[in-house]
Amino acid sequence: MQEALRFQSADAEPVDRADIVVQARQLRRGSEGATRGLSLTIRGLRKAFGDNEVLRGIDLHIPPGQFVAIVGRSGCGKSTLLRLIAGLDAPTAGSFAFGEQPRAQDVRVMLQEPRLLPWARVLSNVEVGLGRERSSADAQARAERALVEVGLGDKRGQWPSVLSGGQKQRVALARALVSQPRVLAFDEPLGALDALTRISMQQLLERVWRDQGFTAILVTHDVAEAVALADRVLVIEDGRIAQDVTIDLPRPRRRGSAELAALEGEILKHLLEGSEDTQ
Amino acid sequence: MSLIDSLPRRKAFSSEVDAGSREENASKQKSGAPFRSDRNGSSSSAPKLPKVDGLIPWIVPLAIVLIWQLACVTGYVPSRVLPAPTDVAQAGWKLLLSGELVRNIWVSFWRASIGFVIGGGIGFAFGLANGLSQLSAKLTDTTLQMVRNIPHLALIPLVILWFGIDESAKLFLVALGVFFPIYLNTLHGIRTVDPQLIEMGRIYGMTDGELFRRVIFPGALPSIFVGLRFALGIMWLTLIVAETIAASSGLGYMAMQAREFMLIDVVVLSILIYALLGKLADSASRALERLTLSWHPAFQKK
Repeated sequence: MQEALRFQSADAEPVDRADIVVQARQLRRGSEGATRGLSLTIRGLRKAFGDNEVLRGIDLHIPPGQFVAIVGRSGCGKSTLLRLIAGLDAPTAGSFAFGEQPRAQDVRVMLQEPRLLPWARVLSNVEVGLGRERSSADAQARAERALVEVGLGDKRGQWPSVLSGGQKQRVALARALVSQPRVLAFDEPLGALDALTRISMQQLLERVWRDQGFTAILVTHDVAEAVALADRVLVIEDGRIAQDVTIDLPRPRRRGSAELAALEGEILKHLLEGSEDTQ
Repeated sequence: MSLIDSLPRRKAFSSEVDAGSREENASKQKSGAPFRSDRNGSSSSAPKLPKVDGLIPWIVPLAIVLIWQLACVTGYVPSRVLPAPTDVAQAGWKLLLSGELVRNIWVSFWRASIGFVIGGGIGFAFGLANGLSQLSAKLTDTTLQMVRNIPHLALIPLVILWFGIDESAKLFLVALGVFFPIYLNTLHGIRTVDPQLIEMGRIYGMTDGELFRRVIFPGALPSIFVGLRFALGIMWLTLIVAETIAASSGLGYMAMQAREFMLIDVVVLSILIYALLGKLADSASRALERLTLSWHPAFQKK
């Protein structure tokens, strides 16, 4: 438990430490193969909307293939950080650099709403995710593979309107996966789902991450979800990284285990203390 | 005195006829029913339900025609006010044989379609341009909104002065009439496409052309169809007025000619043909809607 949970202050340099942990984890994984993920280094990242400064200097290094969860209370800037990483917004100051210059389809984002085109069949919706490679000859075959991967191979000809919320989100996941991204950012992808669907979706996310080895960045307000899925949990408060917790529990993790609950409790305690301070 | 005298008598008479017509009506419906089910039975016996379903919308129009026929036959409605449906049908048959009917319908149909294509095309183009480009919207929208508030039929005197009673006068009016519903609804459809979907398209690297083809146009289509159906209604309305006032052929002209010679059956015939043509245009646009909007929950079969 003590080994699993290493708190670091926000001012300390978290970069080297996290790298070591991931290298160790990859050594343990051994034959599972090299990751295709890209590393990401962020320096002094700031973002302001008018007078409102949402991010006040983020320094962060994410090693290739790591699963990072970002938690924090609403309005703390976690979604803004994700939108910057995904290239949906431009930062006010600071820089972020990927390990290699990514192509457009190397960085994908999955949002809370599935945002499927209602007038396109499920398969065409997945094909949208291929980006510029949409017109290539194997586009359909790749889209079908992605659909099978999320367990919806039999729904390829359906209209999105007949799918359930969880199924729509799985189609959105297939669309994000079909271009085989090297960084995949999730913005509360399971926020609108019911509890049981959430758990099966979490297992699905973990499985595709292990299969494909992309670097995963998950923004969530659910601390239990964060500790169950991630290698590392970042707590953001007032536009800064307040806590950087490495979670070194073996996978597959048993839901509701004592270790997970303890970790969740620690992080929640910190979050709640933080909220008392500000009030 | 004679007025008071006649009133109760007329009343009694009418109630008698009412009762009589109701009875006759009932018997006619009875005789009509086996005929209908007969047709169903002869064509195929298994899928009976959907066919009966398809006939339901026609029950009311048929009943109206029946009541109308009865009212005329019994003399409750003088034929000088309203000729019986059979008389109208006879007039129609005569005109059909002489070729006059087909020619006039064709002329009206041609005017309606050409005017619709011109006005609808321009309206659609403006709707697209102003929905997609801020500059275009700023430049033209105010002007178009001002023109929109002039009732286009108010231009008839001016149009007659400009074009005479030529074809171009009718085409101009129809085009002007259908322009605005198509323009407004195309514009509205494009403006209200879900911005989240547009952002999604951009995230996945769609070019402007692709974004239009795959996201914006399909998203605007339901609204465009609303405009189309409105425009079809206005198209017939405009044409009737234009042909009634200034024309030398067409359905409206046929009706006006008939009025000159007190041929009331022909007048009624042209009105009925307008109703049928309007229904035809509406059905066509609905079929097109079902074809292109099959993704929409409202058009999916339960």
